[in-house]
Amino acid sequence: MSDTIFAISSGAPPAAIGVIRISGSEAGSALRKLAGRDFTARRSSLTTLRDADGDTLDQALVLWFPGPATATGEDLAELHCHGGRAVLAAVSRALEAISGLRAAEAGEFTRRAFANGRIDLAEAEGLSELLSAETELQRAAAIQMAGGAFSDQVEAWRTAVLRLSAQLEAALDFSDEDDVSELPPQFAEGIGMLSQELEEWLSRPRAEKLGEGYRVVLAGPPNSGKSTLFNALIESEAAITSDIAGTTRDVIERNVAIASIPFSFVDTAGLRDESEDTIERIGIDRAREQFARADTVLWLGPEGEGPERAWEVAAKSDAPDYQAKPSADYILSATKGAGVDELKQGLVEAARVALPKPGEAALNARQHAVLSDAAQALRGAIDQGDPLLCAEELRQARGAFDRLIGRTTTEDMLDALFGRFCIGK
Amino acid sequence: MHSFDVLVIGGGHAGVEAACGAARMGARTALVSFDLGAIGAMSCNPAIGGLGKGHLVREVDALDGVICRAADAGAIHYRMLNRSKGSAVWGPRVQADRVLFKAEVQRIVKAQANLTLIAGEAAALRLESGRVAGLELADGTALDAPRVILCTGTFLGGTLFRGEERFTGGRIGENSAQRLAKQLRGADLPMARLKTGTPPRIDGRTIDWASLPEQASDDESWTMSALTERRANPQVFCAITRTTEAAHDAIRANLHRSPLFSGAIDAAGPRYCPSIEDKIHRFGDRDGHQVFLEPEGLNTHLVYPNGISTSLPVDVQHDMVRAMAGLSKAEIVEPGYAVEYDHIDPRALTPDLQLRAIPGLYCAGQINGTTGYEEAAAQGLIAGLNAAAGETDRQAPFLDRANSYIAVMIDDLTLQGVSEPYRMLTSRAEYRLRLRANNASTRLTKLGVEAGCVSDERSKWFEHREAARTVLAPLFAQKLHSKDLAEADLPVRRDGGEKPISEWLRHDGVEFADLMPWVDTELAEALYANTDLADEMAEDAAYEPYLARQEAELRDLRASENLALAGDFPFGEVPGLSSEMIERLTSASPPTLAAAGRVPGVTPAALSALLVYARRWQTAA
Ligand SMILES: Cc1cc2nc3c(=O)[nH]c(=O)nc-3n(C[C@H](O)[C@H](O)[C@H](O)COP(=O)(O)OP(=O)(O)OC[C@H]3O[C@@H](n4cnc5c(N)ncnc54)[C@H](O)[C@@H]3O)c2cc1C
Ligand SMILES: Nc1nc2c(ncn2[C@@H]2O[C@H](COP(=O)(O)OP(=O)(O)OP(=O)(O)O)[C@@H](O)[C@H]2O)c(=O)[nH]1
Ligand SMILES: [Mg+2]
Repeated sequence: MSDTIFAISSGAPPAAIGVIRISGSEAGSALRKLAGRDFTARRSSLTTLRDADGDTLDQALVLWFPGPATATGEDLAELHCHGGRAVLAAVSRALEAISGLRAAEAGEFTRRAFANGRIDLAEAEGLSELLSAETELQRAAAIQMAGGAFSDQVEAWRTAVLRLSAQLEAALDFSDEDDVSELPPQFAEGIGMLSQELEEWLSRPRAEKLGEGYRVVLAGPPNSGKSTLFNALIESEAAITSDIAGTTRDVIERNVAIASIPFSFVDTAGLRDESEDTIERIGIDRAREQFARADTVLWLGPEGEGPERAWEVAAKSDAPDYQAKPSADYILSATKGAGVDELKQGLVEAARVALPKPGEAALNARQHAVLSDAAQALRGAIDQGDPLLCAEELRQARGAFDRLIGRTTTEDMLDALFGRFCIGK
Repeated sequence: MHSFDVLVIGGGHAGVEAACGAARMGARTALVSFDLGAIGAMSCNPAIGGLGKGHLVREVDALDGVICRAADAGAIHYRMLNRSKGSAVWGPRVQADRVLFKAEVQRIVKAQANLTLIAGEAAALRLESGRVAGLELADGTALDAPRVILCTGTFLGGTLFRGEERFTGGRIGENSAQRLAKQLRGADLPMARLKTGTPPRIDGRTIDWASLPEQASDDESWTMSALTERRANPQVFCAITRTTEAAHDAIRANLHRSPLFSGAIDAAGPRYCPSIEDKIHRFGDRDGHQVFLEPEGLNTHLVYPNGISTSLPVDVQHDMVRAMAGLSKAEIVEPGYAVEYDHIDPRALTPDLQLRAIPGLYCAGQINGTTGYEEAAAQGLIAGLNAAAGETDRQAPFLDRANSYIAVMIDDLTLQGVSEPYRMLTSRAEYRLRLRANNASTRLTKLGVEAGCVSDERSKWFEHREAARTVLAPLFAQKLHSKDLAEADLPVRRDGGEKPISEWLRHDGVEFADLMPWVDTELAEALYANTDLADEMAEDAAYEPYLARQEAELRDLRASENLALAGDFPFGEVPGLSSEMIERLTSASPPTLAAAGRVPGVTPAALSALLVYARRWQTAA
C-alpha cells in the first residue's frame, strides 16, 4: 500500500490557524500517537498534541474522517493548530518521525482523490486552479470547475452527440431494412445547435486570463509620463521616473488587483526613431512586442500616433508643457492624481467583459484545445455529405469529450497536471 | 489413432473454421460431428455476408478460412448492400444454394491435411487436474487431446417452439448430449438463455412471381473470396413483397398464442432481426414490413421469406403468408419456429476464446451467445488458430480493434457479455474507415502468412498483389493540373492547381477512367489488370485525412493496451471502486487497461483509479 502523507494545507504560515492534513492507512494511528486517544468520526475535539517524548506541541482542534468516504478516499485526519511557524514545524517534525508517514509531494492529496475516484479530471483541474487562485474572481471560476459544473456540461454534450450518432448509425447499419428511413431533417440542425453551443463556450474568456490578469501596456514617446502613470496605477514606486528622455529601457511588469480584478500592468521604453543607443533601441523593439500581447494599450503620445485601438490618454494635465488631445479618452495627471481613478474605472469595466464572469466555469488551455477539437469535428460533421464520414466526425467529438473528463488520459498528462498543485490539497 | 493436438466438436460454421484453421497451423486435428454428411449445413437462411457480417467473412477469408470460398461455390445471387454509402460500410452478401455450399465445405474439409473427420457424438469431456485431456464419444471411444473446441451451436438445452407445440433439442441425440450439457453446467460456468427464430419455407411454385417487383443479382464481378476467379453459377433473382394490414390483423388476433407473448419464452431475442410478431407489437403504427422472397437453391423449389421469422401456430402462419401480395396461393412447406437455448456467458472466456475456468477448453459460435454463420465462422477460426498455436511453436495472428472486425467482436463478447444474440454491426467498429470489407486481405493476409495459417496458393496470390501495389503507387502520386482536367470537361475548377491523382480521385465525378489520358500506357494496363487493388488504394487515399487523424488516438490505445491487468489483477483492492464496478470488472477480467475502458458502466473516474493503481501494481510485481 502507499505511504501515509501529511502537509500543511492552509497556506503559508504565519497565519491564525494552520491546518495539517494526514491521509492514508496510518492516519488513525498517527493521530493516536500524537493525541494519545481515539476520536469520534466527523466530530471536532480539542486535544493536546504531544511528541514521542511526551512534550506538548500544541492545543489543537482535531477532526477524524475514516475512509473511503473522504476527500481523498483514504483515512483522513485534520489538525487545526495555532498558526505560528514554530508550532507547525514542530508538529510536522513529530509526524515525520512516525514510521510510514512522510511529507506529501506537490498535488499528492488531490492525486489520491482522483486515483480513488473521488473526483474526475475536470474537477481536479478546477481544484488546481482554485489553489493557485489569488483574486476573488479566480476563486469563483475555479469553484465552478471543482464543483463539477463543467463535467456535467461535457456529459450533456456527450449524450447529445451519442444520440445523434445513434440516428446516423441506424441509417448506416440498417439501411437494408425498410423500417429505418433516412436521417430525420432535424439531424443537421441538431449538430448545428450543438456546434454553436461549443463555439460559444470557446469564445468565453479563458481561465489563464484570470491567473495572468488583464494586460495593460503603457506606451508613448520618451518623457510622456508613462512610468509615473504606471507607478500611480500600481500604487507603488516600481519604475524609475525622471525628466531624462529614455529613462525606462526595458519592460517592467507588475500584477495588482483592482476591485478584485487581476491586472497586469506593463511599462515600456519611450518610442523614438532617432535613438543611437543600442540598448534603448532593443527596449523600443520590446515595447512594440508588448503592444501585440496587450488587452489594452494606453497611448500617452500625440493623438493618432499610437498602436491601433489604443486608448488616447492625455497625461500631465497639470504640467506647463501639457499637450492637449482633442479626442482624448482620459485626461489625467499622475502626479496630482486627477483623472487616475476614472482611468482605473474604465480599465475595470473593460476587464470585466474580457475576463471570466463570476460564477462561470472558465476553460484552461488544455480544456480549450480539446474542446476546440470537438468543435472542429462538429463543424466538419455539419456539411459532411457522406454519412460515414459524418459518423467519424461525431466519433471524434465523442473522443474529445471523453478526454475532457479524463477517460483516455495518459499517465504523463496526469503527472503534468498534478505537479501543479501546491502541497496539502 | 486416438491422440490429437486439437479436437473440434461440431461441424457447423464455427467447427469447420476451427478444425481447418487448427490443421492449417500444423496441429494434428480431429473434427467430431454427429453426421459427417451434415458438415457445412446452413440451418437457416442460406445467405452469407451482409452489413458488418460481410466484413467478418472477408477477414476469415483473408486468413485462408473456408466460408467465402464455399459461399462463392454456392452463390446464386450477389448483392453489395449499402452501395450508395461510403465503401467502408459496403456489405457484400450472397445467397447460396445450400447443396452447393455444403458440398464445397465438405470438399475443402476432406482435402485439408492434418485433419481427421470422426462421425460420432461427443458425450463427455475428459478432464485431468482441472485441464482438458480429451473427449469421450457416445460409443465409448476415448480421444486424447490437450485442447478441445466446443462448436456445438444450440445443443445446450435447446427447445423449439411453434405456437402451443414444444420440441426438445432438435436433431441432437438426447441422452449423451444431455451428459455433456450436464457436465458443463456442473462446471459452474456462467450461463444464460437466448432465443432466435426462423420463418416458414414456401413452395416457390405457388408464388405469383410475375406480380412482384424483382431484385436481380447485381451484374458486377466481385466475389466473396479473394481467391475466387469468377462467379460460378447462374444467378437467380429475388422478389419483394410486404406484409399487409390483413396479415397484421391475423397476427394481432393470435399474439397470445405465440410463445413469445404467452410467456413460454422469456429469453431475449435479437433486436436486430425480430420476429414478425415482435415487429407488429413494437411498431404497431406501421402498415407493412418489407419481405424478401429468396430462392434457396437452383434445384429446389423452397423459398425463404426473409423478414417474417415467427413462432406463431401453423394456422396463423398460413393466414399471414396468404395475406401478402403474390402469396395468396402460397403453400408453406416447413413452418417457422423459435428456438430457446443456453449459451455460455462469453465474459468467462479469454480473448483467445478459452474458458478461464477450464484451461484447454475453447468455445466458439452460437454457444457464446452470437447469432449468424459469419459470427460463428470468425470465432471458430480464432479458437482454432489459438488452440493450435498452444500445441505448436507458432503464434496466432495478432488481432485488435484497429485491424479487424473479428477482434471487435471477440473484444465485445469477452468484455461486455451479451444480453441478446450478438450480431456484427459496422457501428461496433470504431476504426471502421480502415476496416473495409474490401481491404481485408491487405489488413490480415500478411499476418496470416507470418502465423503460418495461410496456404501457398493464397501466399502467392498475396505476394503478387503486393507487387502490383508497388507498381501502382506512382500512378497515385502522379500530379495533374486542374487546367488540363477542366479542359477535358471534368467537373473541377480551373484554378485548383496541381494535385496528385490520389487527391483528384476525391472529387465528385472524377474516376480512374477520366484520368487515363494522362497516365502512361504501362501503368494504365497495370491498373486495369488490378482494378480491385486500385479501388482499394483510391479509397485509402480518399479516407487518408481521417485515418491520419486517428493516429494519435491509436497510439493512445496501444499505450493503454500495453498496460496489462494480468489474470490475477486484484480489482477488489483498487481503492475507490464501487462494489458494482468491481463486480463488472471481475467478471469481464479485462486483460488491459484499454479493455477495462470498454467494460460497460466503467466510469472515467474509475478508469483513472485503475490506471494509477495498475501502474503501481505493475512496478510492484
Ligand atoms: C432457428 C434458427 C434460425 C436462425 N436464423 C439465422 C439466420 O437467419 N441467419 C443467420 O445468419 N443465422 C441464423 N441462425 C443462427 C445460425 O444458424 C447460427 O448462429 C450458426 O449456424 C451457428 O454456427 P455454429 O457453428 O455455432 O453452430 P451450428 O451451425 O448449429 O453447428 C453445430 C454443430 O455441432 C454439432 N453438434 C452439436 N452437439 C454435438 C455433440 N455433442 N457431438 C457432436 N456434434 C455435435 C451439430 O450437429 C452441428 O453440426 C439461426 C439459428 C437457428 C437455430
Ligand atoms: N507635472 C507633472 N509632471 C509629470 C507628470 N507625469 C510625469 N511627469 C514628469 O515628467 C517626467 C517624465 O516622466 P516619466 O514618467 O519618467 O516619463 P516616461 O514616459 O516614463 O519617460 P521614458 O521612460 O524616458 O520614456 C518626469 O520628470 C515626471 O516627473 C504629471 O502628471 N504632472
Ligand atoms: Mg519611463
